[in-house]
Amino acid sequence: MNRQEKEEYLREYALLKAQGKPFFPYAVAKDSIMAVIVMAVIITMSIVLGAELGPKADPTTTTYVPRPEWYFFFLFELLRIIKPPELVPLATIGIPTICMILMILVPFVDRSPERRPERRPIATTFGIFVIAAMAYLTYLGANAGSPNEIEREPPAQIAAAGGQELAHWEAGKQVTAQSGCLACHKIGENGNDGPGPPLTEIGARLPKEALARTLINPTAPMPSFQDLPPEKFDALVDFLATLK
Amino acid sequence: MKLKLPAPPIPEQLKPAPRRPGERKPSASDTLKEGGTSAVAWVDERTSLSGGARWMMFRKVPKGTNWFYTLGSATMFAFLNQAMTGVFLAMYYDPSPTNAYESTRFITNEAFLGEFVRGMHKWGSTVMVILIFLHMGRTFFFGAYKYPRELNWVVGAILLILTMVMSFTGYLLPFDQRSYWATIVGVNINGTGPLVGPYLSDFLRAGPDFGATTLSRFYAIHMLLIPGLIAALIGAHLYLVAKLGTTAPPWLKAESDPELRKESK
Repeated sequence: MNRQEKEEYLREYALLKAQGKPFFPYAVAKDSIMAVIVMAVIITMSIVLGAELGPKADPTTTTYVPRPEWYFFFLFELLRIIKPPELVPLATIGIPTICMILMILVPFVDRSPERRPERRPIATTFGIFVIAAMAYLTYLGANAGSPNEIEREPPAQIAAAGGQELAHWEAGKQVTAQSGCLACHKIGENGNDGPGPPLTEIGARLPKEALARTLINPTAPMPSFQDLPPEKFDALVDFLATLK
Repeated sequence: MKLKLPAPPIPEQLKPAPRRPGERKPSASDTLKEGGTSAVAWVDERTSLSGGARWMMFRKVPKGTNWFYTLGSATMFAFLNQAMTGVFLAMYYDPSPTNAYESTRFITNEAFLGEFVRGMHKWGSTVMVILIFLHMGRTFFFGAYKYPRELNWVVGAILLILTMVMSFTGYLLPFDQRSYWATIVGVNINGTGPLVGPYLSDFLRAGPDFGATTLSRFYAIHMLLIPGLIAALIGAHLYLVAKLGTTAPPWLKAESDPELRKESK
């Protein structure tokens, strides 16, 4: 904005202000009604939704899936989308920091005198894009399966067999996901690569009996799974054996 | 025969002045009004606050001010709700790793209206975050960050970041599984940042690992440091709003009123 545009704005604004109404009581009345609505919403949410308290923090568990508050889902999701390890710092700190700096600098980047949203196509498009991106990432984050989920289709043979066999395979997949294997092992795209070896093709390397033996009597620090109920244990072993 | 009590021996200066002829006896409401006026006058004589109050309350808001313009004050009320409920939660909460969970459990299950107040604090944060984003959206799409209000946008953007810091530090305090693990991950994420990242996560954890003082550090940041900053910045934000005035909706043009043109000469 150059000097003339500034003065033009100030003159126009002075006129609009002179034609307005006093803050008290007109704006104060609206603000008060809004304040009552805000309080009513908070009280209703508190009564209806309550304040649950989960189990006590236990630093020794490794199977617990961390979930942030819902309005951090978009950041959380950014971390999940960007997989290559060399780009992770970019997702975690780079993009949010750039966004914060950009947000602070908005008035210094966009200095045109135009204020109507339909006549500022770049700014308006940018704003809508940011909102859409955040909404989309929040949606993805809210619907994301836990990081313990395994994205893997059943092998053709089992999928064709269907019925009991497929259910058994799915149950095994679920047990694997819930047992925290992914904290140390990688299965396909899921899980951490280490300290344990990847399990993506474990079925090709070890026979079923060897898998069961390892699960019951593993090398430290892997925990033993002999306390699993037999049907879960069988499902787990059979699932791992199909990973080829 | 009526018995008249003798008047108490009060000094001459304190005796009420006799009524003028024709003046009616002051009613109770008159006395009250006069008392109120003189009390306000006493304070004003010593502080000169009335000028500021008049400047704040009787400034004009431009034509076309609509319900979108209440989002800012609504955010502030959500913050006040957080501050009030936070005070009551702090009365019972103990930020030590051994007692934090137990004290939260006490608040939730045993203290009078405890779950209700904790619920208001928990859901109040959600409401505040939604409102602050709506307020920011309104400011953005109405072009209200432009000259002469650039600085107020900057203050508002910092307030938004501080609000997010509040919810990050507050999330740990109940010390259940969910909050503990989410915070571990959050702090580790901070640690991957360039240059300051490792220092920032060491500062947050009060050391290289999540330890005994981490919780009290989060608590101090959550209930002393950030709320103080937020309150101060809200003050600055409001001062600038009153000083510069709120914008009119961008599609509105001032009517050229001949009367006004005459006045502005």
